[in-house]
Amino acid sequence: MSLYDRIFLPKTLTLPNGKQVKKPRSRAPLIAAIFLGMTAVSVEVTGFDMAVLVSRIKEFFVILGDMIPPRWDYMPQIWKPLFDTIKMSLLGSFIGSVLVVPFAMLASTNIIHSRIVVASMRLLLSIIRTLPTLVSALIATYIFGLGTLAGTTAIAVFTFAYIGKILYEEIETVDMGPFEAMEAMGATKARAFISAIVPQVLPSYLSNCLFCFEGNVRYASILGYVGAGGLGLILNEKIGWREYASVGMILLALFVTVFIIETISRAARKRLV
Amino acid sequence: MDKRIQQAYEQRPKPWIFELSVALVVIALLVWSGTAVETAGTTQSGAKIAANILSGIFHPDTKLLFSLTKQGVLYLLLETICIAFLGTIVGAIISIPLAFISASNLTPKPVAFIGRIVIMAIRTVPAFVYGLMFIRVTGPGAFAGLLTMSLCSVGMVSKMYIEAIEDLDVRVLESLDAAGCTTWQKIRYGILPQLMPNFASTAIYRFDINLRDATVLGLVGAGGIGAPLIFAMNAYRWEEAGAILTGLIVLVLIVEWISTKIRVKLARG
Repeated sequence: MSLYDRIFLPKTLTLPNGKQVKKPRSRAPLIAAIFLGMTAVSVEVTGFDMAVLVSRIKEFFVILGDMIPPRWDYMPQIWKPLFDTIKMSLLGSFIGSVLVVPFAMLASTNIIHSRIVVASMRLLLSIIRTLPTLVSALIATYIFGLGTLAGTTAIAVFTFAYIGKILYEEIETVDMGPFEAMEAMGATKARAFISAIVPQVLPSYLSNCLFCFEGNVRYASILGYVGAGGLGLILNEKIGWREYASVGMILLALFVTVFIIETISRAARKRLV
Repeated sequence: MDKRIQQAYEQRPKPWIFELSVALVVIALLVWSGTAVETAGTTQSGAKIAANILSGIFHPDTKLLFSLTKQGVLYLLLETICIAFLGTIVGAIISIPLAFISASNLTPKPVAFIGRIVIMAIRTVPAFVYGLMFIRVTGPGAFAGLLTMSLCSVGMVSKMYIEAIEDLDVRVLESLDAAGCTTWQKIRYGILPQLMPNFASTAIYRFDINLRDATVLGLVGAGGIGAPLIFAMNAYRWEEAGAILTGLIVLVLIVEWISTKIRVKLARG
């Protein structure tokens, strides 16, 4: 009996046949109280004010209005950063998702039986995952200088952590029969992994990589803000100069690109899984 | 017997042409993307800088980390949590009508398609652009951050809400209909119980992501822990950055642990 049930005693019902059953009290009031409490604290801390929002929301559309119509003649200057962004995310996603495979293998409980190895690998992956991409991009610009290499590194780090978690969860749910059979026949762990586990996880792994790539294209546009190359660089510049029509053109180009990439990748993922 | 096996082997479909072409395309794309990498910017002292950064991050400024003032890490973290929390709620509320409009089993095809395009457009605009727009509305600070967060959440949250709505079990509604329920009763007993766990789970998941992405808001001065972190890093005060990062990472790990527990409970009913 949990603490909650001990404080709010369960309701006793008498059934027609004279048997008594206990119905535990609903948790809903407790959850609602916690929820309302958190909301109240958040409103207090952030200064959320509906009146301000309603009276000034039209200001939001001022910049949006300036973006329409976009400046079409700015497009020729967008091509290079746009392709830089795509290249950065493509290479970064590839490097990250390939590098993570051995680490994900080491983080799966059904392949590695040493608890220390698994726990430390998982901790490593979660710490990398929680590291904000912006921070890793900024650190990368200090090391590699301003430019696309820094952005590629940041995307690779993010992909590494994201795919790593999904991959080890995937590996843990595979059928272990073939793996055990190969090990019993004297194959090494790596050999058995390649022949017995890889075919089982490959489709979903590839599908996740593609999904991650889709997201990375969108994400890569932020990285330019800290000097890591790509669309963000000119986006930041144009915002600084308040040339919102050019900003609108950049955003439109990004939107179309993301749309095309998502359509292709969704078709590819449908074939895979 | 042997012959039959061999025959079967030879009659297997041979996908190698398809596989080879896919491999070629992938390799070509990778080579093409390799051309964007500029190594010229790499400085000789890169390794030294990296060592400095790491030593700073591993020796966090404990005074800043545990101070209780408004500039201390603890208060900043509280502010970040609040931004992410309210941002998720507002985002989830905006997403609900959007998702119902864009669910292809409820609305006609063209409407659903337009709804999806709107959602994609909302998703594509980077967070700091929204940040700038909202700062015009509310002035710099946590309020602007909250609104930015909520708009950024709309993309993913409504996408997952659409999936939940499209997976609705209609047979329940039919049987409620047969039992003579009114529309409101159908919504209360047929639709809400099916959607609530899913919606709640998505919102909690998004809260996780928002907490992690909250650093982006700092770029435009929209509150939270991002601005002090980026200032500290731009000024090479790595001990300070280390303190903030340590706080953030610990917080995110704790929140993730709790939210996974809640979501597992929601999924199992």
